[in-house]
Amino acid sequence: MTSDLTSALRPAFVMTILFALLLGIVYPLAMTGIGQAIFPTQANGSLVVADGKAIGSTVVGQAFTTDRYFQTRPSAAGKGYDGLASSGSNLGPTSQALVDRTRADVAKRRAEGVTGPLPADLATASGSGLDPDLSPASAYAQVARVARIRSLPADRVRALVAANVDGALFGILGEPRVNVLALNRALDATGPHATGAR
Amino acid sequence: MTFEGWILILGFVGILLALTKPVGLWLFALYEGRRTPFHVILGPVETGFYRLSGIDPKQEQGWRRYALHMIAFNAVLMALTYAVLRLQGVLPGNPQGLAGLSPHLAFNTAISFTANTNWQSYAGESTMSNFAQMFGLTIHNFLSAATGIALAFALFRGFARRSSATIGNFWADVTRVTLYLLVPVCVVVTLFYIASGVPQTLAGTVDITTLEGLKQTLTLGPVASQEAIKMLGTNGGGFFNANSAHPFENPTALTNLVQMLSIFVIGFGLTWTFGKAVGNTKQGWAILSAMLVLFLAGVTITYAQEAAGNPILHGIGVAGGNMEGKEVRFGIAASALFSVVTTAASCGAVNAMLDSFTALGGMIPLLNMQLGEVVIGGVGAGIYGFLLFAILAVFVAGLMVGRTPEYVGKKIEAREVKLAVLAIAILPLVILGFTALSAVLPDGLAGPLNKGPHGFTEILYAYTSAVGNNGSAFAGLTANTPFYNGLLGVAMWLGRFFIIVPMLAIAGSLAAKKYTPESAGSFPTTGALWIGLLVGIILIVGGLTFLPSLALGPIADHLAMISGKTF
Repeated sequence: MTSDLTSALRPAFVMTILFALLLGIVYPLAMTGIGQAIFPTQANGSLVVADGKAIGSTVVGQAFTTDRYFQTRPSAAGKGYDGLASSGSNLGPTSQALVDRTRADVAKRRAEGVTGPLPADLATASGSGLDPDLSPASAYAQVARVARIRSLPADRVRALVAANVDGALFGILGEPRVNVLALNRALDATGPHATGAR
Repeated sequence: MTFEGWILILGFVGILLALTKPVGLWLFALYEGRRTPFHVILGPVETGFYRLSGIDPKQEQGWRRYALHMIAFNAVLMALTYAVLRLQGVLPGNPQGLAGLSPHLAFNTAISFTANTNWQSYAGESTMSNFAQMFGLTIHNFLSAATGIALAFALFRGFARRSSATIGNFWADVTRVTLYLLVPVCVVVTLFYIASGVPQTLAGTVDITTLEGLKQTLTLGPVASQEAIKMLGTNGGGFFNANSAHPFENPTALTNLVQMLSIFVIGFGLTWTFGKAVGNTKQGWAILSAMLVLFLAGVTITYAQEAAGNPILHGIGVAGGNMEGKEVRFGIAASALFSVVTTAASCGAVNAMLDSFTALGGMIPLLNMQLGEVVIGGVGAGIYGFLLFAILAVFVAGLMVGRTPEYVGKKIEAREVKLAVLAIAILPLVILGFTALSAVLPDGLAGPLNKGPHGFTEILYAYTSAVGNNGSAFAGLTANTPFYNGLLGVAMWLGRFFIIVPMLAIAGSLAAKKYTPESAGSFPTTGALWIGLLVGIILIVGGLTFLPSLALGPIADHLAMISGKTF
């Protein structure tokens, strides 16, 4: 058994070093090189640039809390949409804290004039806290408020939402959704900015 | 539940069934040590590795030597990762200037990645440097997966060989699986992920000024290269805290599908490889059928529960299914499916927060792990775990008809059954023992975020995940403490190596036996009766052992949920 152990040591150490170099250095660096060359935009975070400044990423959500924008879902990432602290709420189905938070969100939407049951995603925190999307129903539920604040015809805002709905891939893969950053940029490009929001 | 949701679930299984034989054939070539097309490029790498480390790949090893070399390799790898994590602050590739990890967190993480668990007591984006992600963690994603497949090969040889003293060469198995399967697939999948929006850069962070004028800092890094092997190797340790729910890890419904397929594809293939190795591919399909019965039952329950939603939230004006902890782009069907896939396998990646699932929706992932992660299972670990149950099943069948049990041409005798029970018994011993300890000690009770039965489930889930080498979590539990990092680290180590060693002993014992041809008195191990028996044994062993703990956790939680009680 002792000679067995000795026989194992050299391969164990040398193979560790060799594999660490191959898998921990060569592989990720080669993929970085190829990725940066072929897909530079995606490899660097799919940033949306306006006037030379990064204003967001097409894949990662950002906080929209003011009334003149379509608002993103509740977020448990830091104080909300914190890119350094992705997280869900981790509140369980029988959590009083979940009930309290949801009540507050429901009350907020009621105050905006939304009636009937709220779409589930509008009153729940996402898994990452960085969800870039809303369900179409959650976007439509905010049309009246946005239109009022921006003094735009509701039909025009509703059409804007409709134009920004991404359908499921091949009709079955994924859920219909609205990228909130894209929708709000389209909104900004549409009409006069209302003043006195919030 | 929706029509589209079921199309996704059945389409997912259909794709995997179509891939089973091709992947199984590829694995069989590696099992036999045959030449593959990738030998042209990577063959010199393989021979170079052997030469530098003084390995003769043709030198066969008995089970003791195979086990010893496997453990030595894993111990050295673990020490390397511990050192990298502790020293991260002074090592290069650290654009965010992150400090080294605490001793207990580094201990936990090093064991975790070595044991193919990838439990995350840390939040990747604010804890791990790019170098630590690549050099400390990604290497384990490859090598713990390759180790698992090598061990499955060793057990296959135990069944397939006749009167043999050896079960293969560990180094040859690990090297071939890594070079000719894992690396090539990961290169392709990494490029697909990058094209879909997963970052791949050496930069650390990027600052954004949002439309509302706030500053948002996003963490970047070599994410795609790690994501590819994280799923294919059923590792599951995310680059980010939110794992595959994070849009940078899993940006689209299509990447989500590829991630789920990656988790299962090798496990499906290995069932076919087993059948081929023992000379009857029907044996492999029988195993796969039993696995699929359990898998589809689990998916149905979780999907139905999540789609039905939380009656407490319905009562305060929220419609529809349970979206707490879920991403809009995946929705309920793809989140439910992912959660069952990741816990049926020993992956542990999550695209939705399991802690926020409905009580019974979240119980299925827990139960999947308690059954031993033998429903497809982790790469290699799933099939060798399943074969332990198959040994128990033929033993039980043998008792019922009063004959010496046989399986795929080998007599199963007292020694194999004892070893199989020893390996299987480690699960309840550690899961229930450590959970009980944590449910009474102050350090343990400080962990849960949620109160009531759900808090108990958080503790139970943590140890189940650790012993099962899964790595998923009811993540509300605050686990980055010396108490939990220590106990969970020990649980992960026991759950990996205290199953592997008895399993290799079985392989050695079987390899030495003569071939026993099938006779009229043999219990057939291919038909519906056999599949039913396998499912029954797995459910009885897992169900009876863990039912009381489930009653205290998720079942009590469910009863509270439907009666509107909160904690």
